[in-house]
Amino acid sequence: MLVTHSLGLLLLASVPQKLLSLHPVDVAVIAVYFIAVLGIGFYLRRFSKSGVDFFLAGREMTAWIAGLSFLAANLGSLELMGWAGAAYQYGILATHWYWIGAIPAMLFLAIVMMPFYYISKTHSVPGFLQLRYGESARCLSAVSFAFMTVLMSGINMFAMALVMRVVLGWDLNFSIWVSSITVAIYVALGGLRSAIFNEVLQFVMIWLGALLIPILGLWEAGGWNGLVHKIGERMHGDYTHLWGPLSSFSGNPMGTHWTGIVFGLGFCVSFGYWTTDFLVVQRVLAAKDLRSARLAPIIGAAFKMAVPFIVILPGLLGLALLPDNLKLMPQDVAAATGGHSYNEVLPLMLARYCGPGLLGLGITALMAGFMSGMAGEVCAFSTVWTYDIYKAFINKDASDEHYVKMGRWCIILGVLISIGTAYLVMSFKSIMDYVQALFSFFIAPLFGTVVLGMLWKRATPKGGFWGLLAGTVSSIAMFVWVKIDPSALRYVALYSGAKDMAQNVYRALWCWLVCVIVTIVVSLMTKPKPESELVGLVYGCTELPSEGHLKLYQRPIFWAGVVAVVFLVLQVIFW
Amino acid sequence: MSEQKNFISIWFFIGVEVLIYGLMIMSSGIYEYIYPPKETTVYLAELHAPIWWGALLIVLGTTYVIVFRPKKSA
Repeated sequence: MLVTHSLGLLLLASVPQKLLSLHPVDVAVIAVYFIAVLGIGFYLRRFSKSGVDFFLAGREMTAWIAGLSFLAANLGSLELMGWAGAAYQYGILATHWYWIGAIPAMLFLAIVMMPFYYISKTHSVPGFLQLRYGESARCLSAVSFAFMTVLMSGINMFAMALVMRVVLGWDLNFSIWVSSITVAIYVALGGLRSAIFNEVLQFVMIWLGALLIPILGLWEAGGWNGLVHKIGERMHGDYTHLWGPLSSFSGNPMGTHWTGIVFGLGFCVSFGYWTTDFLVVQRVLAAKDLRSARLAPIIGAAFKMAVPFIVILPGLLGLALLPDNLKLMPQDVAAATGGHSYNEVLPLMLARYCGPGLLGLGITALMAGFMSGMAGEVCAFSTVWTYDIYKAFINKDASDEHYVKMGRWCIILGVLISIGTAYLVMSFKSIMDYVQALFSFFIAPLFGTVVLGMLWKRATPKGGFWGLLAGTVSSIAMFVWVKIDPSALRYVALYSGAKDMAQNVYRALWCWLVCVIVTIVVSLMTKPKPESELVGLVYGCTELPSEGHLKLYQRPIFWAGVVAVVFLVLQVIFW
Repeated sequence: MSEQKNFISIWFFIGVEVLIYGLMIMSSGIYEYIYPPKETTVYLAELHAPIWWGALLIVLGTTYVIVFRPKKSA
């Protein structure tokens, strides 16, 4: 979701001087990491024989493993660097993408939606659409998801290689081939189980590698109060409050309003991404039982609330502590002047505090982020292609073994297409903005289609299909409208000075509304499915397992409540 | 998870890797402490972060290795 913002900036980069130099011990730390991820892939190969093993990790994951993997699949290196840069640029407002832009949706997935995903025994989100709405909705969703996921993977790969060139001076081809072949090997060997195990490992590495920056930074700044004071001395405007500056469009550096953050980001974008993007939902579907599947997003949400400590705080520390002669700037300006861009704040802070050894750990954290994101993408691509396109429309009656083989080849193929995309982006950098935007077109409408399908039994197959199509088309139309006539921003984002992020959240809101309205209208005009066909798919037609026999602290709803309370307290503290 | 197919727990792998990292980073920190570089661009170098961070990783890694070590099945 976030990558949308950061990649556009990164891809404009020229070839600046490298920021960091590695010592032999740093190289050894990175080498140990590569050996570990490949070793896990080889070890797990023997356990990935059947389709359920390969595509759903045997549905044996504990809540902790599934929850951490759920979060790690999203915590790519571009997330880390992009949002640290956004925090430098916009201040603590960037935290909204981690808190209101994630936590409510993750809790909603756990409590409301997960039972239907899990009880229906679907292997994918398009698979759920097929059960609920039929083949046409599944086809639209599967083809768009598979196509965009593999393109995104290539774009991420190129951006990561670019980061390695900027930070370490590494050759682009070297970074692209070494990292993607590593991912291809360990995912093709062990399937989703290998991806999930490595994601948990990568999650730990990200924290261990990045955690020292805020600890030492706060030490140097004199704690949180010292940090706020230093930022206040250097910057005009409010960079350290979450909600106060959002009372007007012009009162904050992002050019947005609290309505956009609450309804556009907190509702449409966030719910669309966290509840229907198969990249993350696939991890939760691998849980060993329904209770674990519901606990997993709650565990993910608890850790998600803490991520700003290693992402947003370094950006704010950069704002407060980097010397005046090291002023960061937009990527295009940095490229023209030879300066440093916002996106480089995290590596700069890493270089500020980390000597030999620790630097290697920090770079490993960035690489781990990239590889966990890419593994998630090729894994999701492989599953959707094999089950929702190949099995559904090309070869319906093959053996389980055949589909596993197809899945393995799809992973290799997905990585190769990603590499091709990376080189394509290298030649035509402007396409990247469009592909990024295209991906976001499907997220918000898909949420409207899925949530109506789960909660409203009157929604019909035709309603689901036409609603999804109308929502997607309206989102593309708004994007094109603003590209052709930038003054249209005052209608789409309600403010002519809105930045890209503000435009995205409002566009998501409008296209979600279009999807919901069209789905409702078409459904009321067409024949619904009989209730007997909706069992296990729709609220009111499905008997949900009781949790009455569990102690209070064993119930997902209890922990969701705890996370919700902490979330609210954080909003008040940083209001 | 690990009970059904006798996997080695992922936490064991993580413990081993964190332990190795702890040893590498702490050794590097001790070397720098004994032979400090003439010039350094690292801020707060006087806190010797590699030593205590490396020690923390060793404790963490050792704990995970012991708690999640593979056990012989009955």
